[in-house]
Amino acid sequence: MRSENRAPKSLTLAAIGGLLFLHLPIMLIFLYAFTTEERTYQFPPPGLTLKWFAVAWNRADIWPPLYLSLMVAAISTMMALILGTLCAAAMARARFFGRNQLSLLIILPIALPGVITGMSLRSAFSLMDIPFSTLTIILGHATFCIVIVFNNAVARFRRLSGSITEASADLGANSFQTFRYILLPNLGSALLAGAMLAFALSFDEVIVTTFTAGQQSTLPIWMLQELVRPRQRPVTNVVAIVVFATTFIPILIAYYLTRGGSETAGGGK
Amino acid sequence: MKSALLPERGAGDRMTAIFWRRPRVLLALLITPPLLWLGVVYIGSLAALLLQSFYSIDEFSGLVVHEFTLKTYIELLRPANFDIIRRTLLMSASVTLASAVLAFPIAYYAARYATGRWKAVFYLGVMLPLWSSYLVKVYAWKLILAKEGIITWVADGLGLGFLLDAALALPGVGGNSLSTSFLGTFIVFVYVWLPYMILPMQAALERVPKSMLEASADLGASSAQTFRTVILPLAMPGVVAGSIFTFSLTMGDYIIPQIIGTSARFIGLAVYQLQGTAGNLPLAAAFAVVPIIIMLIYLSLAKRAGAFDAL
Repeated sequence: MRSENRAPKSLTLAAIGGLLFLHLPIMLIFLYAFTTEERTYQFPPPGLTLKWFAVAWNRADIWPPLYLSLMVAAISTMMALILGTLCAAAMARARFFGRNQLSLLIILPIALPGVITGMSLRSAFSLMDIPFSTLTIILGHATFCIVIVFNNAVARFRRLSGSITEASADLGANSFQTFRYILLPNLGSALLAGAMLAFALSFDEVIVTTFTAGQQSTLPIWMLQELVRPRQRPVTNVVAIVVFATTFIPILIAYYLTRGGSETAGGGK
Repeated sequence: MKSALLPERGAGDRMTAIFWRRPRVLLALLITPPLLWLGVVYIGSLAALLLQSFYSIDEFSGLVVHEFTLKTYIELLRPANFDIIRRTLLMSASVTLASAVLAFPIAYYAARYATGRWKAVFYLGVMLPLWSSYLVKVYAWKLILAKEGIITWVADGLGLGFLLDAALALPGVGGNSLSTSFLGTFIVFVYVWLPYMILPMQAALERVPKSMLEASADLGASSAQTFRTVILPLAMPGVVAGSIFTFSLTMGDYIIPQIIGTSARFIGLAVYQLQGTAGNLPLAAAFAVVPIIIMLIYLSLAKRAGAFDAL
């Protein structure tokens, strides 16, 4: 007799096929970084070589965008961490007028297409005669990173029992001591996970950035230019691997930090 | 205070007392910085976008005329511009449909049959592609769809090259190679946004009680009937929730059609080119208002379908 809990074969095949469809294309990038073919995307690669890693390392035009991307991601993450946590602390327990509108406002920068956020900021800079700078990039990135930190923090706040802060107060701690010794240690891993995801999102962001960067180039913008007008294709492959790893590793860490909880690391990107 | 159990130890304690007596003060202190940020930076920018869209551009000097006018919006209705909007909506709708079909088996298997270790595999298996670098994913497809790439190689190897040629010969969606055809743009859109459809769908499916499926079987329904009359209606809010993402993200994207596809423009690409090389900020802003309005309509319809409970 067929067991009730066994999936039909066709469903299993379709599900596994779907997962493969999601993963195989990314794997291909790794293969192409070793190809000896420079001018086309020929498959299978005619030969394999390690030389592109050295070539990429010595390319002077890759380093400044990399530094800029790292800096923007780090500063935006810090700002999102502060603003997102404050927001989560306020929203987790209190009921107040405009609460629903505020939660919509937090999600909006990521719910609306990036081109709208980008174009909005671009319009504002133009109307106020604000010149493009690193600051204008950070302004955009921090705005859409807030929701990531917020989602992680608010889930943890909800799981925390209110009685531990009351116990802390009963034992004579003031609000700041309660925050330092009770809340922060309990929030820590959720905040770290949120920060990791925010960093990954900012490091990789290209749509909003093209509107707020002016002539500057972050690593994703550098990559985009190479995609539109390829120069040395295998070098772009190497950079793609670097970008992939820089976003992939924080995501994995975030997953392990929030595993088992009710909060899901990626909920609501 | 005489009645206090412990003597006050400084500013921290004094503020704690204020917070205790007036919780609203603490709330205000917490909420003000993020509210200011989002209010000024984000809402301010959206207002700037709206304002900009009511300005126009002087045809001779190429400078923005800071005077209220509807001229820019009327320009949106010109055939060339209206075509862009129609093409974008058509693409968003087809991408959403295809994602829903592809997402279903994955979501259904993960919700109903995957347990323990497999559950984690499915969760990470959807989450990692969702979060990993967008540009790298698009780039990977540039490699795959290229004329000399892996798809052509596999098709030739299996003797199916004629099928690929037939698909590329289709009028309207075909092209020289997959990476320069509408078909290619469509495939990449579906790939990139598919995880956004799977997650809410899975969440909705997980809430379908098993007893209902058993009841349906007990009452003599075949699995196809159960699927059509029980599972699908109950999963619908999840599908609608997922479609919000796939639709909105496709509508606003301008990187994918720029890298893979014909040179035909979509809303996102039009906005990008108009604000950049063309320097026509008002028209770019007016174009950007279109997806906002469409999404507002879409969201209110989705709300009626109960999609927000599935998020």
